[in-house]
Parts: sequence; C-alpha cells; structure tokens
Amino acid sequence: MSRITKSGRWFAAVAVAAALSLTACGSSDDTAGDDSTGGGCHPATLGFMAALTGDSAALGQDALNGVNTAVGQFNDANPDCKVTIKTFDSQGDPDQATKLASQIVGDTSIIGLIGPAFSGESLATGPAFNEAGLPSISQSATNVTITQQGWTYWHRVIANDGAQAPAAAKYITGDGGATKVFVVDDGSDYGKGLADGVRDALGSADVGDDTITTGQTDFSATVQKIMSSGADGVYYGGYYQECGLLLKQLRQAGYKGVFGSGDGSHNAAVITAAGANAAEGAFFTDAGAPPTDDFTALFEKYNNGEEPGSYSAEAYDATKVFLDGIAAGVTTREAMQDFITDYDEQGVTKEIKFDDTGEVATQTIYVYKVENGSFTTGQPIE
Amino acid sequence: MPPAAGTPDDAVRPDTGDRGSLVDDLIHSFFALTIQGIALGAVYALIALGYTLVYGVLRLINFAHSEVFMYGTFATAWIFVLIGPGKDTHLGNVVGVLIVAFVASMIMSGLIALVVERIAYRRLIRNRAPSLIMLISAIGASITLSELMGQRAAISDWFGLRDNLSDYVSHPRDTYGMGGTTVNPTQLFKIGDYRITDIDIVVIVAAILMMVGLDFFVRKTKFGRGMRAVAQDPESAALMGVNSQRIVQLTFLLGGIMAGAAACLYMLRIGVTKPNVGFILGLKAFTAAVMGGIGNLRGALLGGLILGVAENYGSALVGTQWKDAVAFVLLILILLVRPSGILGEVLGKARA
Repeated sequence: MSRITKSGRWFAAVAVAAALSLTACGSSDDTAGDDSTGGGCHPATLGFMAALTGDSAALGQDALNGVNTAVGQFNDANPDCKVTIKTFDSQGDPDQATKLASQIVGDTSIIGLIGPAFSGESLATGPAFNEAGLPSISQSATNVTITQQGWTYWHRVIANDGAQAPAAAKYITGDGGATKVFVVDDGSDYGKGLADGVRDALGSADVGDDTITTGQTDFSATVQKIMSSGADGVYYGGYYQECGLLLKQLRQAGYKGVFGSGDGSHNAAVITAAGANAAEGAFFTDAGAPPTDDFTALFEKYNNGEEPGSYSAEAYDATKVFLDGIAAGVTTREAMQDFITDYDEQGVTKEIKFDDTGEVATQTIYVYKVENGSFTTGQPIE
Repeated sequence: MPPAAGTPDDAVRPDTGDRGSLVDDLIHSFFALTIQGIALGAVYALIALGYTLVYGVLRLINFAHSEVFMYGTFATAWIFVLIGPGKDTHLGNVVGVLIVAFVASMIMSGLIALVVERIAYRRLIRNRAPSLIMLISAIGASITLSELMGQRAAISDWFGLRDNLSDYVSHPRDTYGMGGTTVNPTQLFKIGDYRITDIDIVVIVAAILMMVGLDFFVRKTKFGRGMRAVAQDPESAALMGVNSQRIVQLTFLLGGIMAGAAACLYMLRIGVTKPNVGFILGLKAFTAAVMGGIGNLRGALLGGLILGVAENYGSALVGTQWKDAVAFVLLILILLVRPSGILGEVLGKARA
C-alpha cells in the first residue's frame, strides 16, 4: 500500500511540473503571436504527417526526404531562425491519423502541416485541422472530394484525380492503343475515386470492372475475369503492393495487352513485386512532376546521395511555402493561412498558387513507363 | 459501366448485364477458378495442419503459427536472393534452388515453431496455466516475431552487419521479393480454356504428398501413437511412459515443417512476402482448420481446399471485394449445420 502512495506522490509532482512548464510555453507563444508577421524571421516548428512505417512507408520516406531537403537548405541559409520538423507516423491508416490529428492540433508550436500524404487520412483529419485553423499543404493526396468539403485550411500542391483520370483514359486508348479496357480498383478512397474517373472517361471502351481488397496477394479471380473479358487494356486504381502482384499474375496468365496504373502504384517496389519482365511496358500516370537536374543535385546533397522518389519534389514545394512564410516573419497559424492564400511563386514542380478551395492552379499529369526494369522520365500528357 | 446497347462491344460480349456477366464469368472460367482455388487452398490446408495438430494435442490455438509461416516465406526468399538466377526463368531451371529453398523453409519454420513452444508455452504448460494465459502468450509471441522481422535492418545494425546484409535486410517492412528471380509458369495441358501450369501441379502435388506423409506419420509410427495418446489422455499417457514434453515439442515441430512447406509453395506462386504476410493467411488457415473440424488432420485438408475454391467462386459470383466475406459466411453456415466442423473428429479419437 505504502509503495503505491509513494509512487502516486511522485507522479503528482511530475504532473504539476509538466503542467507548469506547458503553461510557460503557452504564454511565451502568445506574446510572440501578438506580432504575427512583424518583419524578421523567428524559429518555428512544422508538422509532417505520412506513413513512415507499415505497408506504404516508402512513399512517406520519399516525401520526408523532400521536406528535409527544404528545411536543411533553409536552416543553412538562416542559422538564426531554425525550423524544426515534427514527424507524425500515420502508417497510412485514417484511424491512426485521426488520433495524431488531435495531438498535432494540441501542439501549439506547430504553425503548419505538410501532409496528410493520403486521401483517406486527409478526409479523416480535415475537419479537425479546419476547426483548429491549422493550415496544411498535402504533397500527394489527390482524391477529388477533399477540396469539395468546404475546408479553408486544406491545400495541395498536386493535380487531383479529376485531372488524372481523364488523362489516364486518354493515354490508354490513345498512345496505349487499347480499345477494350478493364478497370480494377482496391476500394480505397483514392483507388476507387481514380478508377471511377477513368471508367467515366472511357465510356463504352470500359468492358469490365472489378474491386479487390488491400492485403490480398492472390488475384486469380480478377485475372480470370480480365482474361475472359477479352480486354486489351487494364487500368488499376490503387497502391503498389497489390498493383505489382496483379500485374505479375496477369502476365503469367498470358495477358498481352497494355497495363497502367496511377500515382499510388508509381513506385520502384511495383517493379520488384511484378518482376522486371512482367513490368516492362507498364505505364503509370502521376501528377508528380519528374525532378529536374538542379533539384536532384540539391536533394542528393541533403540526403546522403539518395535520389528523389515519389512526391519528393512536391513535398519540397509544400515545405517551401511554409518556409517562405516563416522567412517573412509568420509566427501563428492564422498568419500562415493568410500568407498561403496570397502565395504565388514558381516551385520546382510548377507554379504554386492556390484557389479558394485549396487546389493548386496548375493541373498537369505526367506518364512514366517501365523500360528495362526502371521508370522513364515522365512526359506530360497533352 | 456496361457498354450501351448497340455498340460494337456487344458482338464481343453479348451478355452485358452486370449480374449476368458475373454468372457468365463463373461458368466460362469454372476450371481456372477451381484449379487456382485448389492451389490456394492447398497452402491454407498445410498451414491449417499446424493449428489443428497443436489443438489436437494441447486444446489450445497457437496464434503464433502465422509467424512460423512468415519466417518460412523469408527463408525461401533469402535462398533465392543468395543462389537464385536473379532473372525471369522457368521451373525447370530452378529445381535445385527450389529444393534447397523447400528444405530451408521447413527447417526455418520448424525451428521457429520450437522456439515458440520453448518460450511461449513450455513453462505455462508445466504450471498448468489457464488456456487464456497461453492464448495471450501466443499472441505476444506472434507480434514479437513479426516485429523482429520488421526490424531486421535495425537488428543487423546492432551487430554491425547492416551493410554486408543489405540485400537481405534493407526496407524491412516493405514487400520483399526473391532477388529479381521470377519463376514463370509453363503450360502443361489445357482443361477447357484454362492452361494448367507446372506451378499449379507442383503446388498441389507437393502439398498433398506432405499431408499424406503427415497422416501416415501420425497414424503408423511410434511417435504418432504417442501424439494420439497424449491427445486422448495426457495423464494416462504419462503413466504409460510417454514423454509428453517431447510429444508437445514434436507436435510443434511437425506443424512448423508443414507451415515451412506451405511457405515455399506460396512463394513459388506469389513471389513476394513481408513481415505481416502471415496475418491474413493465418486467419484463413485457422478458418480452414475450424471448418474441417479442428483437431482433425484430414479435416484441415478438406477445409483448406473448400475454402480456397469457395473464395474463388464467390469472387466470380458476387465480386472480388467479397472474397474474404464469402469465406467467413461459409464458415458460419457450416458451423450452424455441423458445429464441430465438416469431419468433426478430434486427433485423439482417430483410429490407427
């Protein structure tokens, strides 16, 4: 009994100390906040939310490297007002993201958020961020409905699936040469949104649909449906784990037609999963721009020689918007929101300028093909 | 979106109604769905044996068994990374590698099963702990094993081997393949429209041989008699001079070996793995074991095959997104009619 009382006291002491220190932090933030855009640059903290572990960790890591490039460059140039990044690992799971969102909102030191990376977690966390007035810029959430929710604080630096789907349909029936296309999705907010857009754009060229579930590894039933539909084109809306296996099993079943997927599958791991031979000739539509040589050099400098991956450049652009704000003296969430609203600069991927819904003004879609076991440089779909 | 009536597509696909085309799919692809369902079900069945063996002897569900399978898949992958050809190839060219991988997977899974028995169960069994305690202990072992594989880069870092082993441990949580080796199936003959391939045959035949061997072992050997004795009445068995600890070890080892065989065959068909690959497969195998009658070896085989085939038919008939739902609805229906599973006999009661 006495031991419990003792440790209980100890706990109380720690709790009081913690509460005091929190109050102290809070008040110092408030005084800084009074002078929200007053000239000089102040040290600041930004949040970053994406999957850093789990199935989609590769995408999150590539983006984080882009964020670190921008912040590293900024901190080297401004040693007096260093910017800190707090990372939040959502594991790509909307439930997990919701829990993190309340943590992020509660952390008043965070004046802007890079992310959320995926559409599912964006839709799940949007209300919380919007209510708290925390501006966010996503590098890779492309679901169309996100910007139709009426959230003022949510932005993205990437073209949405509404732009991607028609471009994908145009490419598969145009350059791809397919006349009968079978469209498969994984039932996720992102995958189904993209696939439905492609289905609409294809019209009568869409000869069959199927939905798989994420985590499956055996797609024999879907492959069979595709083979018996006589399709000469297949488009998959979903992420790379399932995409690679679907492509492999299709080729092994003797499928000869063209195969395409979207940005969620545009990842080197898709070639690993499918095997280089099966992946040969597959195309991937992506709103992500191919990195320029200058950006690649900069990126390698801050990431131990690693090359940019998916959305590394977009993550850099998103971070750059916040960093420009911090350089202009922004210290509060509200001031950051105003700064973003008026923002208009050339980023490394495109001109960064947002409309009222948070949509970026430039909506270009690129196509990447697999040749000799790796991706070609993206070409814009005209 | 079915094409509008009167478009040229109608000539190719006369049945454009959604429901109609799904039934159509099932009929046209009946053989393909059946054969692939059996190949998938054979893997379920081999994993299911591990659940059913342990249940038969100890009356508890070994939830760490899915990880025993997962380590087997990595053993196969590592063997292919180490000595595989690293390119697209056919089964005939990799028979040697495959046999090594098959043995390595069985050894790996067998060892992991023994480790699980030693660490998660032995003391609890000796102290007659309630089965709920053992269940939690097994779940703990499952998560720990899965995380160890997911953290293998960090672990090799502790020993300063990360650079040397980077082919084996980098991106530990991501999809892990066979080092660029893809074993492509070759058509052997056709049934209907479906091309029966060498891989289908190897998977099905190997799985059935393993199961026949196990059945023989349990029914005809001295060790098998010991297993059945412990399953029937552990105390009398002990009085008759059966070393029950050895029997429990042997049970885990056999389950592990079967899971290792399943892992190698799974890799031959699918070709990639990851640290959580055992979760869904383990759940399906457990379902197969319960469906066939848990504790019954032949039930596990039957349950696995029925589950694999039913999933494929269900996918064709009501849509692929219902694949998992179909499996579990079927389980519930079967248990409503036969609460102890299809064959419903426990290991101890099996006659020699």
